[in-house]
Amino acid sequence: MSEGLELRRLSAGYPRRPVLEGLDLERIAPGTLVALVGPNAVGKSTLLKAIAGLRPVRGQVLLDGTDLATLTPRERLRRVGYLPQALPQATSLVAYEAMLSALRASRADWSTAQAEAAIARVFATLGLDALALRPLGELSGGQRQMIGLAQVLVRAPRLLLLDEPTSALDLRWQLQVLQAVRAQVAEGRTLAVIAVHDLNLALRFCDRIVVLGQGRVLAAGHPAEVLTPALLQAAYGVRARVERCSLGHPLVLADEAISPTHDFP
Amino acid sequence: MTTLAARYRRFAALRLWLLAAMAVVLCATLALDLATGPSGLPFADVVAGLLRPAGLPVEQRVILWEVRLPYAVMALLVGASLGLAGAEMQTALNNPLASPFTLGLSAAAAVGASIAVVGGFTLMAFGENLAVPLSAFVCAAAATLLIQLLAWRYGATVDTVVLFGIALLFSFEALLWLMQFIADSNALQQIVFWTMGSLARATWNKIGLVAAVLLLCALWSAKNAWPLTALRAGEDQARSFGIAVERLRLVTLLRVSLLAATALSFVGTIGFVGLVGPHIARLLLGEDHRYYLPGAALAGALMLSGASILSKTLVPGVVLPIGIITALVGVPMFMALVLSRRRGA
Repeated sequence: MSEGLELRRLSAGYPRRPVLEGLDLERIAPGTLVALVGPNAVGKSTLLKAIAGLRPVRGQVLLDGTDLATLTPRERLRRVGYLPQALPQATSLVAYEAMLSALRASRADWSTAQAEAAIARVFATLGLDALALRPLGELSGGQRQMIGLAQVLVRAPRLLLLDEPTSALDLRWQLQVLQAVRAQVAEGRTLAVIAVHDLNLALRFCDRIVVLGQGRVLAAGHPAEVLTPALLQAAYGVRARVERCSLGHPLVLADEAISPTHDFP
Repeated sequence: MTTLAARYRRFAALRLWLLAAMAVVLCATLALDLATGPSGLPFADVVAGLLRPAGLPVEQRVILWEVRLPYAVMALLVGASLGLAGAEMQTALNNPLASPFTLGLSAAAAVGASIAVVGGFTLMAFGENLAVPLSAFVCAAAATLLIQLLAWRYGATVDTVVLFGIALLFSFEALLWLMQFIADSNALQQIVFWTMGSLARATWNKIGLVAAVLLLCALWSAKNAWPLTALRAGEDQARSFGIAVERLRLVTLLRVSLLAATALSFVGTIGFVGLVGPHIARLLLGEDHRYYLPGAALAGALMLSGASILSKTLVPGVVLPIGIITALVGVPMFMALVLSRRRGA
């Protein structure tokens, strides 16, 4: 059986403005952390929603050889964990109940003991124990983003789709999140695709990178090989360098925006 | 070391205790409501009459069993219905200002009632003229169906549903004014009295119907407690768990409409209970709908039971329309809640 994620001729978008047109993505094996990058409005969120089945599409999304369109929405979202870009709402719901509701809505087959163990494990991994009994309305944006991520991780899906999971987080939490996702992926059963703007996070943590542009995949491969000055200019319209830090890691340094070669689609 | 699950179980137990405390207070207000009224009926006689009706003189038995008890039980049931309806509506529309008024349901019920009054319709069943409540229910249900139809056709987003509701509210208010304009003085008086809300129309048959609808809707909403709780974390989050948000919203609004339309059709317009009850429940119990929904029903019942007592005691010898009391008490209560939350923020 062909394990992993594969996209075939995928098209999605709005009735009068297609965002993705005939996008193909070669099979990505389980145990891989993929960065999905590209300029604003290029379709990163649309692609993640399309894979999750939250947006109508043409074409095929294959997970472990199964066309996800053949599954019921609930069954599909049991295999696919999607973290939306929007943060969880600031309500009176306490964090532990937000987790319970996520599990009860999507994993009703789990026993109470299973659910409690899964929540405890994810809270411990992400360092969120102190927030468990606090209402979401009393948490900062970054803390709510962490709870949102915990709601996805706790369901232990086969495929993780995270839409800008670090957008509201400080440096330490950005690293904590990427380390947690990295650890879950490293166990081998999970495959994760994260949409990010920070190319250096992608370079540091991801096994593969997919660069979107003009409704299709501009480039895909190992981050250090794909992210070249020429690609960055073509994708983002910037003059940039890729250099090595003192530890030998590659770093993207953007110097100048080159207008008007890059514009909103 | 205490596990996370054990810490949460203690936290949840506190909520169960709070719910139990609310139920005890409700029993106390019910007893007080039964003991209050223009005719003097000592509390001991009330208790004795409830336990052994035959032991009371006929006049006192009639006062207790045909006036005070139906009045008090109806207050409790209508308050619970409006509290539950308001709570579900606030969740479904993600709007703390939502209540059965938001979608024009109360206005629609008032138009229905006024049509029956002005038209002089009669429909005798169970020894009562049910034309007014039936017409009120039909109009409120029609308003609901219209919103459902429009929402289904144009997408059941929160904004769409609220906008349709507000449009309907103004349309039904205009229709109500039209009905008042063409009504004769007798009918006009009846319409105005209906829109003030009154428990004096309570009978055991009507109570049975309101209780049956409340029970049905309470069981139905209990089944949806988890998806509704998940919705409080965010619409996009709920969708990502596989919850069909639009469908959940439409079904919830249908249930809310059934609850509110049934309650309002028998007692007239009663404001603020559906708005304030859920806020009290939210403050005390949070928004896990396993606790929040019964809490909102209990808070609504407490409010209306308390208002029923006030309606009989504010002016000695006179029973004021309860809708006036709920608005007069509800407004300062709502303001106090809002201000206390601001201070706490």
